[in-house]
Amino acid sequence: MDAVLFYVFAALAVASAVVVIAQRNAIYSAFALVVTLCSLAVIFALLGSPFIAALQVIVYAGAIMVLFLFVLMLLNVRREEDHPAAGGRTLRGVGLALVTLLVLQAGTVLLRSDLRPAAEFDASTVEMAETLFSPQFLYAFEATSILILAALVGAVVLAKKEL
Amino acid sequence: MTPFTQDLLIAVVKIAVVIGTLLGAFSLMTWIERRTLAFMQYRLGPNRTGPFGLFQPIADGIKLFFKEEVMPAAADKWTFLAAPVVAVATALLATAVIPYGPPFSLPGWSWLPEWLQGRDVQILIADLEVGLLFIFAVTALGVYGLVLAGWAANSKYSLLGGLRSSAQMFSYELALGLSWVTLIMAAQSFRINDIVAGQAGWFWNWNVVLHFPAFLVYFLAASAEVARIPFDLPEGESEIVAGFHTEYSSMRFALIQMGEYINLITVAVLATNLFLGGWNSGIPGIPETLLGFPLGFLWWGAKVAFVLFVFIWLRGTLPRFRYDQLMQFGWKVLIPAAAVWVMIFAGWVALAGRGG
Repeated sequence: MDAVLFYVFAALAVASAVVVIAQRNAIYSAFALVVTLCSLAVIFALLGSPFIAALQVIVYAGAIMVLFLFVLMLLNVRREEDHPAAGGRTLRGVGLALVTLLVLQAGTVLLRSDLRPAAEFDASTVEMAETLFSPQFLYAFEATSILILAALVGAVVLAKKEL
Repeated sequence: MTPFTQDLLIAVVKIAVVIGTLLGAFSLMTWIERRTLAFMQYRLGPNRTGPFGLFQPIADGIKLFFKEEVMPAAADKWTFLAAPVVAVATALLATAVIPYGPPFSLPGWSWLPEWLQGRDVQILIADLEVGLLFIFAVTALGVYGLVLAGWAANSKYSLLGGLRSSAQMFSYELALGLSWVTLIMAAQSFRINDIVAGQAGWFWNWNVVLHFPAFLVYFLAASAEVARIPFDLPEGESEIVAGFHTEYSSMRFALIQMGEYINLITVAVLATNLFLGGWNSGIPGIPETLLGFPLGFLWWGAKVAFVLFVFIWLRGTLPRFRYDQLMQFGWKVLIPAAAVWVMIFAGWVALAGRGG
């Protein structure tokens, strides 16, 4: 039962992630991203962590994507014009080669590993939080937060021509 | 029959019961609301169809069913069609983790299959460990139905309504979430059943007494979440026609209405379960069952009905907020108030030991 659900939602996550990139309509892209995030949440729940699953939906699908949609609607972005990709053929060729390499590598990794969870994961939410805030992980945890903050500031600087 | 098939069968029956009851309650609510509002405004309200106008919802349903469905020529077809479905689906999804009434034992009637006789059940589809968080997540997704409806119609009024509803729900969700934090702290659980169990005994054990500030914040934020007067700016008819559902007609309009009313019922049920003691009578010594019927359903139903009545009452009494007032109230009053209460309660729990 769990395996069936996993494959259904994994396929849904990948398919909607492809739609996010392939779709020219920005609103459709955003909506496909919501589907991806929700499928990931289901996978988290299947992995035995309903808390992370709920947080995933609340934070990403519920808060961040609503803001995205809000901005898209305010700007009234309808459809991105079809224009030839910048850089021409050489760049596209290199990109295709890189993607092929990535797919091949992912395939090798999948073939070699025996696809089982590393260890039986059976910690409660409280234990997980305690581990995360323990001295062992605290530095990495806080560093990630600062990284995300830096990315946000960077996005504001890039988006605003005059500050 | 294997235990798995038994559980599956029970779950299917529960889903049918919950959804059927909610849809029935939705149509009944439209009539109750119109009648109550009418009496508050010295009118009579719908009283022609059937006794006291009770068949009005059925007549409305038939009318909406046979009306022509109009779609604006410039609308985004698939999104326009999908938006009401999203609205109803998220509204129904949230109802899956809420307990409706107390756990009870099925009677041992001989015509029942043996595995059903005396079995302990509760009208609750999924008893999730993270019940409250799940509701929070699903209501966060509920915004999409309204926003997409507003965007897809490609009309100015719809778009304005969609923008308003996304901004409003986004702002008030924070206060709504904060109002639950102290309850979770006191019960040490996200499970709604645990929170109800923590309110047993005398009625001053109900969360509405100890957590009164949280209750106020919850009630105000929740009525903003379901966009009821005085927070009904997303569909303020004097400004933007009907907001995000301006362009919807026929059954799709009915679907959006259904989503809104189911959300309203969810909010009332949650207020009962989280703050008003759920199915606890509030007076120890009252027997739990009468002739085999669990009395908890009575107290619970009365509380839900009362909360729903208060919502109608508010609608009949208050004028609508101005938009800047709405934002100011949400961000500068409700959220700080909820945060301060969380800090006070957290400090108290830390100083006085665990548990409320």
